[in-house]
Amino acid sequence: MPLFNANNPIVKWVDYRLPVFSFADAHLIDYPAPKNLNYWYNFGSIAGIMLVVQIATGIVLAMHYNPSADQAFNSVEHIMREVNYGWLIRYMHANGASMFFIAVYIHIFRGMYYGSYKSPREILWWMGIIILLLMMGSAFMGYVLPWGQMSFWGATVITNLFSALPFIGEHIVTWLWGGFSVDNPTLNRFYSLHYLLPFVICGAVFVHLWALHHRKSNNPTGLDIKGPQDTVPFHPYYTVKDILGIAVFGIFFSVFLFFMPNALGEVDNYIKANPLSTPAHIVPEWYFLPFYAILRSIPHKLMGVIAMGASIMILFVLPWLDTSRVRSATFRPVYKQLFWIFVVTCLVLGVVGANPAEGIWLWIGRIFTFIYFMFFLVLPIVGWFERPRPLPAGIAESVLEKSGGGSSGDEGRAA
Amino acid sequence: MGRFGKLVAAAAIALAAVTTAQAAGEQAELKKVSLPHMNPFGSYDFAAVQRGLQVYQEVCAACHSIEFLAFRDLNDTGLTPPQVKAIAAEYTVMDGPNDDGEMYERPAEPKDRFPLTFPNEQAARAANNGAYPPDLSLVVKARIGHENYIYSLLVGYADPPADKELADGMEYNPTFPGGQIAMAAPLSDEAVEYADGTKATVDQMARDVTTFLAWVSEPTLVERRQLGIKVIIFLVIFSVLMYAVKRKVWADLH
Ligand code: HEC
Ligand code: HEM
Repeated sequence: MPLFNANNPIVKWVDYRLPVFSFADAHLIDYPAPKNLNYWYNFGSIAGIMLVVQIATGIVLAMHYNPSADQAFNSVEHIMREVNYGWLIRYMHANGASMFFIAVYIHIFRGMYYGSYKSPREILWWMGIIILLLMMGSAFMGYVLPWGQMSFWGATVITNLFSALPFIGEHIVTWLWGGFSVDNPTLNRFYSLHYLLPFVICGAVFVHLWALHHRKSNNPTGLDIKGPQDTVPFHPYYTVKDILGIAVFGIFFSVFLFFMPNALGEVDNYIKANPLSTPAHIVPEWYFLPFYAILRSIPHKLMGVIAMGASIMILFVLPWLDTSRVRSATFRPVYKQLFWIFVVTCLVLGVVGANPAEGIWLWIGRIFTFIYFMFFLVLPIVGWFERPRPLPAGIAESVLEKSGGGSSGDEGRAA
Repeated sequence: MGRFGKLVAAAAIALAAVTTAQAAGEQAELKKVSLPHMNPFGSYDFAAVQRGLQVYQEVCAACHSIEFLAFRDLNDTGLTPPQVKAIAAEYTVMDGPNDDGEMYERPAEPKDRFPLTFPNEQAARAANNGAYPPDLSLVVKARIGHENYIYSLLVGYADPPADKELADGMEYNPTFPGGQIAMAAPLSDEAVEYADGTKATVDQMARDVTTFLAWVSEPTLVERRQLGIKVIIFLVIFSVLMYAVKRKVWADLH
């Protein structure tokens, strides 16, 4: 890593005392990144930007929002109608949450495809899952804040899940609610935590990036960086590419934000919370639907909760369930098929989660819940019998091969 | 995507399509209404919004409130400030306390919101045979089908089929989930006399009041779309430029 070297005396003076410039240089400018990262690698920086957007818009919303059961709904409408550009800030925040999840889900699938969870990136992977869990908590509590029908009933259904725990369940639920039903105290604490958790996410992102920069990015070949021929400096190569990705994602975001800002929401949330009237279908936000489907496909409440928890927790042990020595699915014919089956399974579970848990949906849900877990359970065996395709000699060679310039690489070298 | 993966995907999507199609039921299919603002780049027909306001004031307001609508919002519908002031002055609102500690009534001003029809839900139910006429501020956003639903509901009253049992005080309306609603058909031909001379058929009034309620639900829609077009044009140009920059920066690597 080339040491930072500047001639400006002020820069030198500051850097000697607090090495901000060398730090920026080492992590944003000269930081070596594999030269073959494709556009799927853009979603990390996109997710980071979405976190910033959520915090920035959230802080402005918090200046006008009133977290009391009486006034929460009215204050959101006040933001929508009377605050200058309040509609823009609120729609950015509400749709921004969805965009954040879209970016993070793609980012996770990318990691699974290229085997980025494998040694030496297990802790990096864990931090990612912790970020996902924190995001789920933040988004769930944020959705309660506008205090519409779906806010109220979603909060009631989800907090009630804790009552499935034997002996202490009911006590935990009362404790979470701060009373005997979802009410003003619940709203207040959710607001407090909703403000807090995104900053905890920032901390987790920091550790995530720390681990990343220590062991460097994985890449589409899954091969290790062997020398300077395999990398390019982050700036300008990936700074421009990331900005391009953010701009294109911004177009996608804008289409929702400006032309269909309520398409991802539930109509019932435009009705004030009413504890006496239960909506016909209680559905969580789209990004929770696959997990909701798993929860409901198990006929036993406690087992359902355990299955739902396990569906995320199992990601923590993925690095050890996958026994293959090859990282990237590009060279793993069997895993590649399984990966796509897994993606489709998640999408189908999402559709199931949006529909009432009865009739055919119940059975589709059960079948795909089974497939979801089978994916993880067959992985150890796959790594054992699968015959990987020959790997290129290195990252640089694979790039040359692709652009048709170089030799055909070193066939048959296992990782 | 592998061949097997593709097969699974196709099967799953087909399955989802089939089952979603079955899911409907119970509720009659909505009539499609086509209003200018329902086009993704459209704007409100403000003449219709004004007529809809008249229908609301003369018919619906007897039972329904619009709690989030302030008189000054009407400035955005093409009414002039003196007209808005005049409309407000027809209403009285409660204000106070004054220096003697008394609440007092005064004529409404543009800054005030439309007064509530009933002080609370209990009073509204008491006046409507126990049924609750919901606040209409957000109703277009709060119903599946949006404008189509509101329009279909208003024109959807019909004679019940022979086998349909209606509960006491209920009217047959196949648009409403369950087929019976506690609101008697609010519109009949010539129920209002439009200031602009438009013929007040049920269909016309239903369209107008639907347009009005859509505007009340989302008064910033036009501003939003205008800003959206600018932002997207900017981002598209910016993306094309960044793509060119990216190509140039990366050119020496390939
Ligand atoms: C005589 C009182 C009365 C008048 C006048 C009236 N409504 Fe209603 N409205 C009701 C009641 C009562 C309900 C609740 C019906 C129910 O829950 O079965 C209702 C319900 C509604 C609903 C909600 C339906 C749903 O899906 O929940 C809408 C929309 C509506 N009215 C629109 C209007 C409009 C527009 C007008 C004016 C053209 C109007 N109403 C005039 C009494 C009235
Ligand atoms: C991880 C980042 C965040 C996520 C995923 C998130 C998500 C959400 C969601 C889904 C809603 C409901 C939106 C709606 O339907 O109206 C919401 C509301 C809200 N959030 Fe956040 N949020 C985040 C960060 C923040 C931060 C940092 C703050 C405060 C500084 C904040 C303040 C608010 C407020 C005041 C509301 C209520 C207003 C409203 O509902 O529009 N949020 N949030």
